[in-house]
Amino acid sequence: MGTFAFLLLAALLIGSALTVILHPNPVKSAMALVATLFLLAIVFVLLGAHMIAVLQIIVYTGAIMVLFLFVIMLLNLGDEEAATEWRRRVVLRGLAGTVGGIVALQLVRLIAGAPLGRMVDAPEGYGGAVLVARSLFTDYVLPFELTGLLLLVAVIGPVVLAQRGGR
Amino acid sequence: MWTDVGIAFAKAFAAFMLILNMSAVLLWVERKGSALIQDRIGANRANIFGGLLPFNLGFINTLLADPIKLLMKEDAIPEGADRTLHFLAPFLAVFPVFVTFAAMPFGDVLIVGGREINLQVAALDVGILYVLAMSSLAVYGVVLGGWATNSRWSLLGAVRGSAQMISYELALGLALVAAVMTYGTLDMQAIARAQGEHLGGVLPLWGVIYQPVAFLILLIAGIAESKRVPFDLPEGESELIAGYFTEYSGMKQATFMLSDFAETVVVAGLAATLFFGAWQVPFLARDGWHLPGGLFLAMPHLAVVGLQVAAFTLKVFLLCCFQILVRWSLPRYRYDQLMDLGWKFLLPLALANVVVTAVVIVLWAS
Amino acid sequence: MVPISWYLTLSATLFAIGAVGVVIRRNVIVILMAIELMLNAVNLTFIALARQLGSVDGQVVVFFVMAVAAAEAAVGLAIIVAFFRNRESVNVDDLASLRW
Repeated sequence: MGTFAFLLLAALLIGSALTVILHPNPVKSAMALVATLFLLAIVFVLLGAHMIAVLQIIVYTGAIMVLFLFVIMLLNLGDEEAATEWRRRVVLRGLAGTVGGIVALQLVRLIAGAPLGRMVDAPEGYGGAVLVARSLFTDYVLPFELTGLLLLVAVIGPVVLAQRGGR
Repeated sequence: MWTDVGIAFAKAFAAFMLILNMSAVLLWVERKGSALIQDRIGANRANIFGGLLPFNLGFINTLLADPIKLLMKEDAIPEGADRTLHFLAPFLAVFPVFVTFAAMPFGDVLIVGGREINLQVAALDVGILYVLAMSSLAVYGVVLGGWATNSRWSLLGAVRGSAQMISYELALGLALVAAVMTYGTLDMQAIARAQGEHLGGVLPLWGVIYQPVAFLILLIAGIAESKRVPFDLPEGESELIAGYFTEYSGMKQATFMLSDFAETVVVAGLAATLFFGAWQVPFLARDGWHLPGGLFLAMPHLAVVGLQVAAFTLKVFLLCCFQILVRWSLPRYRYDQLMDLGWKFLLPLALANVVVTAVVIVLWAS
Repeated sequence: MVPISWYLTLSATLFAIGAVGVVIRRNVIVILMAIELMLNAVNLTFIALARQLGSVDGQVVVFFVMAVAAAEAAVGLAIIVAFFRNRESVNVDDLASLRW
């Protein structure tokens, strides 16, 4: 049952990821990315990381992708026009895909040869908010505060960058 | 294993039926109730048996005739519209709202045949975050609904609607943070159980007593999230016809309207769970009535469970009726007033509430 | 439970798809989306290995990666909007003014 769920999710994930990079319409690409991120959240749940899965939905699909969609609609982008005629494009994309496939194959070879060992039993409360929060506020408190500062910059920066007329 | 699957399916089915039927009942309450408030008759065209009663309750019209009409209507897709997105938008509008109910507990435990069934569809340890996640997914229905139809008025409504929704999500989230701080857990069933205490054996210690400000913020932000009056500028019934769902007809429009009512039910369910003790009946514990003055009345288990589920349903229904009352009493907010309310009033208020709650908790603990 | 190497393989595939997407697309926003895809593939690797080792550190790193990705997406999109106002195009070939 778990294997079937994983294989189904993997097939759907690869399908939607390919749609993201191949579909000419940017809105459809964005929606395919939303689907990919949502499916990834389900994979996170399969791996027991419930809080990260829910955070993935809140942050990625609920905020970042909405921002992407807003910008695409604001700029009123249509389908991407082809630079060259389709035969040349197919050859070039095939070439890029082959290189990508070789990269993926090398990564898989690396994974297959890695000494991963047995999976340990999940500790009590794994995947919940308490363990992550405890770690965030004790071991990782400096990166946590710096991330807060980074988000402050990320709020002010785009407002300044996207202003009209350099006021 | 198959028993577990069957029980999970039954719970999911029960929650789904609860929200669907509540939406239908609320549709009737809205039409006839608004007619009562506005001193008119409301829907009364469809009659059965030639009028047994001197007045028409509007049941047939609202619950039978209108749905059949909507089902039979032609699904008109405007020219230049994106067909895939036009098909997807109603689904994305209604799906997150329905699945939010998976995290809400509608009862305590049901002990049947030696098996303890937790009356909550998904016993999530991060239930409140899950609710926030699903409400942030609801933005897609609005955005795609306006974009897919290639109509500028729909796009206007969609942009307004999505900006409003993401603005009020902040205040909503912070109100939930205050509630989480009070109970120290994200699990909604645990929060429901923690509201079973009574102050001095008399006053039920529901969440609204600990966090009245958070309750008000949740209610206001929730009404804004579901884009109901007084925050219904994205629908703008007098300006944009129907805003982001103008160009949808037939079942797709029915789906959008269903999402409106279902979101009302979800907001009411959230408020009931966090601030009104979910399924808690005052003085009722698992074994029976513990009345003030030391009186104890034992009750059979099934009666207790039935009372608790009925209590939850009643609380949700009353909160929904309150939202309907608000709809027909208040005028609409102008868009800049709406955004000011969300960012300049509710957000600082919610933040201040969180700070005050934190201070009180630290002082109380020491 | 499926062996962890399967999850890592899936992550590697998604990463490769994202990398190919950055190379073959000319729309700057789609390139940004392919970069987000790569970031998510890395998140999957972290979560899978965190589950393998039973450690919470992987989840904390994913938390930070999400926050940084959000900041980067916001700033990147603002830059794109500013560029679009100037040049009326989001084609990568038109944004190559710093090239020789």
